[in-house]
Amino acid sequence: MSTPHLDIRAVAHLARLELTPEEQARYGAQLGDILRYVEQLQQVDVTGVEPTAHALPRFNVTRPDVVQPSLPLEAALRNAPARGQDLFVVPKIVE
Amino acid sequence: MLHRLSLSELTARLAAGECSAVEVTRACLDQIQRCDGQVKAFLHVDAASALAQAEAADAARRAGATPAERPLLGVPVALKDNLATRDQPLTCGSRILENFVSPYDATVVEKLRAAGAVLLGRLNLDEFAMGSSTENSAFGPTRNPWDPARIPGGSSGGSAAAVAAREVPAALGSDTGGSVRQPAAHCGVVGLKPTYGRVSRYGLVAYASSLDQVGVLTRTVRDAATLLGVIAGHDPRDATSLPEPVPDYRAALGPGDLRGLKLGLPREYRIPGLHPEVRAAVDAAVNQLQALGAEPVEVSLPHTPYALAAYYIIAPAEASANLARFDGVRYGLRVAGADPTEMYQRTRGAGFGPEVKRRILLGTYVLSRGYYDAYYLRAQKVRTLIRQDFLRAFEQVDALVTPTTPGPAFKLGEKASDPLQMYLEDIFTLSCNLAGLCGISLPCGFTRQPRLPIGLQLLGPPLGEATLLRIAHAYEQATPWHPQAPPLAGD
Repeated sequence: MSTPHLDIRAVAHLARLELTPEEQARYGAQLGDILRYVEQLQQVDVTGVEPTAHALPRFNVTRPDVVQPSLPLEAALRNAPARGQDLFVVPKIVE
Repeated sequence: MLHRLSLSELTARLAAGECSAVEVTRACLDQIQRCDGQVKAFLHVDAASALAQAEAADAARRAGATPAERPLLGVPVALKDNLATRDQPLTCGSRILENFVSPYDATVVEKLRAAGAVLLGRLNLDEFAMGSSTENSAFGPTRNPWDPARIPGGSSGGSAAAVAAREVPAALGSDTGGSVRQPAAHCGVVGLKPTYGRVSRYGLVAYASSLDQVGVLTRTVRDAATLLGVIAGHDPRDATSLPEPVPDYRAALGPGDLRGLKLGLPREYRIPGLHPEVRAAVDAAVNQLQALGAEPVEVSLPHTPYALAAYYIIAPAEASANLARFDGVRYGLRVAGADPTEMYQRTRGAGFGPEVKRRILLGTYVLSRGYYDAYYLRAQKVRTLIRQDFLRAFEQVDALVTPTTPGPAFKLGEKASDPLQMYLEDIFTLSCNLAGLCGISLPCGFTRQPRLPIGLQLLGPPLGEATLLRIAHAYEQATPWHPQAPPLAGD
């Protein structure tokens, strides 16, 4: 990870984010700066160190497997950009 | 003048029948009318709903509801616009959610309602809580009530500015890297970030799920204790919430004697870039805490220099995953495309602002094939070392004392063009989120010219909120800072 190689168009495609050519240039440069900054983490010896995700680690958090009230259909569909027959409508997926 | 009273003063007056919830709510609405044209803290005020809730609160009081059952009965509270409130807007400061209406209440909102609070409106924020100045809101920046040419901090800038401008006695925000404490410092109010998991995140729009926590902004430490007591607790709908019982935070405030407590001063937080007046105010605060009986001890947190880098890998990585849900299918903006992929790309390209795009791109990159181990996994391991530094320090001391921010509020636009400069705003606050600790910022003085608030930060071990509140309360009661209001708030 010496010199970060950032293909901004490939990353934007992975993120499903349409960028203008001007945005590609600007974000590409800014992300290059940030990646150079975070490279200092390579100096830290992390041998044998476990990654963290919680202040007070929890294991096997479960709850009773019982039916709970859920959103009524109308509430779930209320914010839909396009709907029909109680479904979300999207562009054709299969040819 | 009711709008100038603290939450505790209001609950006392309401309980004694000296004023009604409708009068209090009207006073806050009037203050919003007077000030918010300049401050722009609110994105949405639903006056009709607020007055209806206030009438219901007054009716409940007449029917015999007691403060023990409903500790916030009739008290206005406003919410950062990333906390779901049924039938209210939830924009997250983003075009992509401009017309979204919440179908349900966040757990903290349910708890506020159960406690009798009057929900006043929606507060501005950096888009999806990503930022330190509230300049990243798609609906325009919030101004600092102490100087409208300056930023209020962020991302909970609307929450801090509204409380400082006496528009509402208390507000909720969210804190992922300092987003409650930093704006509290810049606006001269109290901001508390609880331990990760202390407050349910159900209904908080996710930014970085391993760091996000709902926090409170108030004008006094006692009010922060009251509000935290209402919103804290286990929630089966948030598997990361903690089952430990919630203590009586108000009872823990104590008489102001800090004898027997040790306060750690982290060596690594004495950075060259620290503003001289901030340094002087924090040094004076340490002397004050010592005068109250606490014993200051120098401590070391050796991995501090790596916190910012770890944060700016972990937070964007989690953000890129969380924000994948905004695809124009089930809710929010949709920009049409020939196929689903084009629709996603156009929707997201049009709906997100620059800082959100930057973080999604950065997060996508550090999680992509071949880079995950070098960036995200390594950052999570460095995070463990940062956490161990803190836990080791807390074997020696009860809390840590630091500045909240490296300097006072800066001018709008001053740091907008350089993301790294903006990120440095959070160097004292973001380790607390990485380590899952609790933290509070409270006023500890003002710069001379211009007169801007300075924040003192106290950090505590996981579930150390009661001790933090005790120290903060003792300091607050011994100093003249917290009653001071910005001139703009008027009388």
